[in-house]
Formats: sequence, structure tokens, C-alpha cells
Amino acid sequence: MGFEKQLHQYDSFDILQYLNGVKENDVLRILEKRKLDALEFLALLSPAAGNLLETMAQKAHEISIKHFGKTILLYTPMYLSNFCVNQCIYCSFNFDLNIPRRKLTFDEIEEEAKAISDTGLKHILILTGESRRETPVSYLTEAVKRLKKYFQSISIEIYPLELEEYRMMAAAGVDGLTIYQEVYDKQVYRQVHIGGPKTNYLFRLNAPERACKAKFRSVNIGALLGLAQWQREAFFTGLHAQYLQNQYPDVEISISLPRIRPHAGGFKGRVKVEDRALVQILLALRLFLPYAGITISTRESRFLRDHLIPLGVTKMSAGVSTAVGGHTSDKGTDQFEIGDTRSVAEMKEVILKKGYQPILKDWMKWD
Amino acid sequence: MDQLSIGGITLNSRLLVGTGKFSSYGIMPDVIKKSGTQVVTMALRRVDLEGREDNILEYIPKDCILLPNTSGARNAEEAIRIAGLARAMGCGNWIKIEVISDQKYLLPDNYETIKATEVLAKEGFIVLPYMSPDLMAAKAMESAGAAAVMPLGAPIGTNRGIRTRELIEILIDEIKVPIIVDAGIGKPSHAAEAMEMGAEAVLVNTAIATSEDPVKMAEAFSLAVQAGRMAYLAKMGPQGRFAKASSPLTGFLNEGDC
Repeated sequence: MGFEKQLHQYDSFDILQYLNGVKENDVLRILEKRKLDALEFLALLSPAAGNLLETMAQKAHEISIKHFGKTILLYTPMYLSNFCVNQCIYCSFNFDLNIPRRKLTFDEIEEEAKAISDTGLKHILILTGESRRETPVSYLTEAVKRLKKYFQSISIEIYPLELEEYRMMAAAGVDGLTIYQEVYDKQVYRQVHIGGPKTNYLFRLNAPERACKAKFRSVNIGALLGLAQWQREAFFTGLHAQYLQNQYPDVEISISLPRIRPHAGGFKGRVKVEDRALVQILLALRLFLPYAGITISTRESRFLRDHLIPLGVTKMSAGVSTAVGGHTSDKGTDQFEIGDTRSVAEMKEVILKKGYQPILKDWMKWD
Repeated sequence: MDQLSIGGITLNSRLLVGTGKFSSYGIMPDVIKKSGTQVVTMALRRVDLEGREDNILEYIPKDCILLPNTSGARNAEEAIRIAGLARAMGCGNWIKIEVISDQKYLLPDNYETIKATEVLAKEGFIVLPYMSPDLMAAKAMESAGAAAVMPLGAPIGTNRGIRTRELIEILIDEIKVPIIVDAGIGKPSHAAEAMEMGAEAVLVNTAIATSEDPVKMAEAFSLAVQAGRMAYLAKMGPQGRFAKASSPLTGFLNEGDC
């Protein structure tokens, strides 16, 4: 079922060979088109397209303004727990790593919420590691109940759930899901997810679709860039987003472009994804899916984030800590090192200076 | 005097202005002033009453009518809930119904919009439904109690002009409540065109918000809307494909036998 079938179509397709065959003229012709098919999108990830980044950027900028105006939505992540039963070699919360483990009590969650809401933010993304014992669905729904007092929109970035569990989360007041496949390449997926339930590739691949079925308002997907050949990963991310949008037209589908960051485990990634590549991916996705939201987190540096704004970014995090309880204390292990430590107030100022409007509220809770 | 009447309120300006997509709220008071508008629409999802400098309502002059819209609603039920919130938040009883069930093209869902119009009109709202220009849907909205009908000129944000001209003309001919052309108007000449066609008003957002000088563009739209309306009232001279002097088909009547 689902996106897997589409993914299989490319099993014997030589993506690298195709990319190397793309000429600059092909790219220019594609840039004239209003609607791109899958292979035209792929062509925008080619070395030839890499020579035409400015031309692509001009068009991406124009399309973004048309669809989203000069606005950037701000949010921040809140880490509830770092207990995790998975062994992912790129993550500080890896079960094998000897880091202090902690989960927030409900009162601590409220304290964090207060601290974050004092910065003016109204959109929150809550995160946990994967531990159905430490952070079961019941813990999460209770956390959401507490958070509703402080925020207008609550998204989750947690372990993949069953359809019925997503429905429970939606009923509790969650409106958004972020879940990264991490890597679409099955072989690499097996190599970097050594143990734990996350080894189940398909259960994770179909999680965004289950959330769409559960009537989430927004679903955000992505590949962790640096684990496998970035052109393939970006291509499959775009196809996955398009698949979801076609199947569930009323859901806001968006994409994140997370690059591997330094973390407690020391693994530095298998593939180098340069800034140029990141920009090319961003532009290709914008041109392929003009309506999709694109998120850039504080994994990236302030310099790069500031310059990416006009290229099609619609959502950014600000005032970030990736440690459990990091908004009220400075103890704890970060999930990864962040590249942009600016506060919400500082980010608002920067965005305004860029000629864009920082948006703090773009949805409302029902009750 | 030529005035527009919506829901029993008389308006001098036929330009409605939207507040989305601007690079800052700070510019809004000047935009509103230069546009001369009396009705300002805003997405309720973005209204942040606790937001201090981020609260859009702080930037809208008190003598303007607020027209909160239900942006983000995916069906009638959600639109109705958002309208209720708008009223509770002190945004008055005007509501622009926007139901979008397709994120790709952002085209309004007429079927759900009719349902929401019916409920909200009964609840005493002044209902302005945003819609795809379809005569049967517009009639249904009218009989459900819509105070005006807002057909799109082109898909939202495209600035492509009055692409649905033929269909909007039919609505202008057949629908008794005011027709306000919403979405697609990309430049003042498009607004003038809609007014020349006989639309009662236009709503402009993207074209003003994303121009290099939104304040100046607001004024340009104000002038274009006035010019278009004036031309409509003055009744344009007939258009012809041929110069008047020539009568290629009947000229022979004036020629003698030969």
C-alpha cells in the first residue's frame, strides 16, 4: 500500500546516470514550465541544474511570494524526554550512549511552556525519543492537555504511531506531525538503524499517511541529509510529499531539510552535503511543489538561515534548545548541537530586516 | 450618490483590502489610509490578541469594518467554528467564508461554503462567501442569506487578472446581492476591468502586499476602482470591430444599379 509502491518504481532506475545526462538547456526548458513531472523535478537535482542556481532561485523566490507572501512562521521544539530504545548511529539519544536520561513531569512541562510562551511563540513542536514505556501515548495526551493552555498549535515529533493512536493525539489537540524517514535508501536505513523498533522501515514510511488519515492539519516529512546520496534522498522526499498531497488534498504537507549535526555519538555522516547542495534541494523542491511548506531548523547556521529566507522557506525555529527541559535549565544532553542560538526576539528582528514578517500565530485551538 | 450597500451598511469605497502576505504589519495603517478602504479582511487564524506588536487588529483603524476570514477551514464545520471564535474575539459579525479543501490550488469548495453560509446567516452574521464563479452555487449562497458573493478572478495569489470574466459577468447579471471580485487581481487595470464589468467592489491583497511600494500601490488601486466604477456608470460606448464609415456587408444598398 501507499508510497512504497511508487518508491519501488525506481528500484532499477539509475538515478545517477540520468542526472549526469541532464544538460543545462534541459534545465532551462523545465524552468519555463508551470507544472513539473517527477523526472523534471529530478533533473533540477542534476549537476547541470547546479550551475543554474541563481536562475532557479529567482523563479523559486517568485513562486514563494505568490503562495506564501513575505511571511515566515516561527515555532520552537520542546523536548519532553530523551529515553530511547532505538540505536540510531547519528543521534545523541541512541540507547547505547551513556547520557543522563530524563523525562519531564507534567508540572515541568508547564514550566517549560510558560518560559516558551513568554517569548510570544504560539506554535510548539514536542519531541521525545522512542520509549513506549517511558512516554506512552497516555503521557503524550496528558502533556498536550497541559500545553493547550499556552499554545495555539501543537505538533508532535515522536515515534511513529498506529492510526488509532494518531486519532487519539488529534482528539487531544495535536494538529501537526513531523516525522522524518531519515533515509529512503533501504540499505542505508538498515545500516544506520541498528536496533529497536525504528528498524521497521515500512512502519515509519507509512506514518505520515496514517496521520493524514487521522485528520492531522499539517504533516511535515524529510530525510536526514548526510546519510545517503542527497540527490536520491531529495528526490524521494519530494515524491513522498507529492504522493501525500495528492492523496490528502486538505492536509498541509511540508518538508524539512535537516542536515546531520555534531552529536554525542560522534558519527559525522556518510555523505557530505555542501551548502550549495542544500540550496539546490530547497529550490528544486520549491519548484516541484510550489504549495508545500519548507522548514529550516537551527541545525543550520545563522548566516545560511538568513540567506535561505527568500528562497522559499516558510517556517523556521527560534529560541531553540534540543535538551530535555532546556528552556528552564541549562543541564542535559542536546540531541544535536544547534547552529543558530538566536532568541525569538532576535529572529523576529532579523526576519523583519529581511523584509519579511515573522508570524507567531497561524492557527487556533478549538477549545 | 453612488454607494455600495452590504448587509444594510452603506460604504463609499468599493475597494476591500486584505492583510495577508505583507512584510510587516507596521505598514498597514498607511496602506489602509491610501486605499481609502472601509472594509479590511484578516485571517482569524493569525489574529493574536495577546500578541502586543504582533496583533494585526492594532494596525486597523477603528472606523474600518473588520471582515475576519475563515482561512484554514477545510469544511463547513470548521468555518462555522472559526466564525464563532471571531465573534467571541470581538471582531464583529461580518465574516468572509473561505473553505479550502485542496492545498495545491487553494480553490474554494463551493459545496461546503454554501453549507456554512446557511448556518452563519441564520446566526446573524453578515456573510460574504469566497467562491468559484458558478451560477448555481452563487444562487444557493444568495438564497442561503449571503450579503454579497465573492467570486475569484483567478486562483488566489496568481495576479493573473479576471480570467473567469465570462462566468463573473453571468453572476453580475443574475445575482441580486453585490458581486465582489476576490483573488487574482494583480494590477490596478484588472481592478478597473472588474468595475467596468459591473462588479460592485473588488478585494485586493497579494497585489498590494507584494509590490515594492504597498502604500503607493494601495492608492493606485483606489484610483483604478473609482475610475472603473465611474466608467461603468457612464456607460461605455459600444465597441465595434470595424470603422464606422465602412459597411462591408450592406454598403451595396447605397450604391446605384450598375
